[in-house]
Amino acid sequence: MGKLECKEITKVYQDHRKALDNVSFSVETKGIFGLIGRNGAGKTTLIRILSTELEPTSGTASIDGLDVLSQADMLREKIAIVPQEARAIRWMTPKQTVMSYLLWRGYHYKQANQLALESLKKLKIDQYANILNTRLSGGTKRKVLIATVTASEADIIFLDEPTTGLDPISRRELWDILRELGKDRFIFLTTHYLEEAEQLADHIGILQEGKLVSIGTLSELRGSSRYQYSIKLPPKAQVPLLKDSEVTTSKSGHTQIMTNEAEAFRLARLFSEQGVKFSITPVTLDDIFFHIVGQKVREENEA
Amino acid sequence: MKRSKLSQILAGVLVNAIYEMKNYPIVLISTIISPLSLLLVITFVSSGALFGTAIEGGLIMIFFSSGIALQSDLSHLKNDFKLQDMIVSSPTSSRLYMGGMALAEIVYSVPALVILIVLAGIYLHPSLLQIAILSIVLLLMFAVSVAIGFMLSTFSSDVVQSYAFSRLLSLLFATLPPVYYPITYVPSPFNYLAYLSPTTYAAEIMHSATGYLNISTNMLILDWVVLLVVCAVILFIAIRKTRWREV
Repeated sequence: MGKLECKEITKVYQDHRKALDNVSFSVETKGIFGLIGRNGAGKTTLIRILSTELEPTSGTASIDGLDVLSQADMLREKIAIVPQEARAIRWMTPKQTVMSYLLWRGYHYKQANQLALESLKKLKIDQYANILNTRLSGGTKRKVLIATVTASEADIIFLDEPTTGLDPISRRELWDILRELGKDRFIFLTTHYLEEAEQLADHIGILQEGKLVSIGTLSELRGSSRYQYSIKLPPKAQVPLLKDSEVTTSKSGHTQIMTNEAEAFRLARLFSEQGVKFSITPVTLDDIFFHIVGQKVREENEA
Repeated sequence: MKRSKLSQILAGVLVNAIYEMKNYPIVLISTIISPLSLLLVITFVSSGALFGTAIEGGLIMIFFSSGIALQSDLSHLKNDFKLQDMIVSSPTSSRLYMGGMALAEIVYSVPALVILIVLAGIYLHPSLLQIAILSIVLLLMFAVSVAIGFMLSTFSSDVVQSYAFSRLLSLLFATLPPVYYPITYVPSPFNYLAYLSPTTYAAEIMHSATGYLNISTNMLILDWVVLLVVCAVILFIAIRKTRWREV
């Protein structure tokens, strides 16, 4: 099984903005890798470097043993990308969009025509094959773009925020498609929807201000997190004395206690005995993300 | 997988010309308007005397403007649709991408070209040698403008400015210089300014080849030298400065 490896990747743009700062990690090129982070965290810069669009200022990266700088031509034979803000060209139809991309990849006309129709059918948008892209819904337009790269032979696919701006139903439809794709290709996905990464990704990386602050499977991220459980209490509930926990109260008055396993079960027993309504769940990716990002902000403020 | 270079060029022609012409036939009319309207104006104003040079001017304008239009079209596809990002990360080389897109600009101008070529055939009756000279000059003009257009498109990040810049370049190099009429019609000192544009040299060669302008052999040689040098220098700069992968 191949690997995607980044070694000390740093990117400083010409306006002196540092987008990536010494990013190093390694993941197997199978399944779905989700890269999450806030806007401006450096997700797009990293995906553009890995997909050979952009040169890093320093550091190296390789995919399945092929260096993104010195072996870019060989690497481009096996990768494909749908960039952030990519749009289906408005004067073309979905079939023409997919076909032209396949022609650019060097397929013969007949083969491109056949693969385009198959890809549109697979994504259940073949009924729109000959309608102008401009007349399609946002979700269908996005599926057209996904169809272009999946129709190709590329076995490593980069998707930069593929569901941004879609309604919840279209987003879930795309998730099903991506899950299927991830079975036989490697999908490198960036998103700022934490639920999306939680639902789809086998491995998750968290970027914060150009630095990779955490990486692993969801259970590994939970394990590495200081807190493993989240307890939620209704407004006005009394919070007892806590050990090794973090308490936050929302505007609506709901209280969230993030804590470790032992303390979580002690609190659960206590609340049950007191008849306090509460819910207890393992921490979600949201909890981990907000905890990591929040901690970083606090550390910076203290510094 | 064995990849077809022909398919890679065809993709550019389809996306940048054929699909738009097929799905929006109205664009066929708009491609004709610019070169033919100037042809008509010059012909009417000169009472038909400059019809021949105006046909040649129309051809120069089409070939030069087509290459320059590449700048705004590529910029549009790159910045509004992120097409170039998708292509950079694919097995297509920058040369095949540019080749297909450039060819598309000529295909886009086919309706106007057909009209001008038919008019040239009827009115100019060019010999094989004259056809060869006109073709070489037009191809050189096209190469220069394609190189400028592609180079500028790779730097462009704003499609509005790109379209404005394209129109400005076309005006400066294909409309204002004496391409629709002989340079002898331009009074001094403006005729010296005209020599700042490579299209002036192209027009001099074409007008001279078809007998509309009498210039010395030395001047003709100078025209060819300037045209070839400009073409070589601009192609060299374009190859060196064009950004395919961003830094």
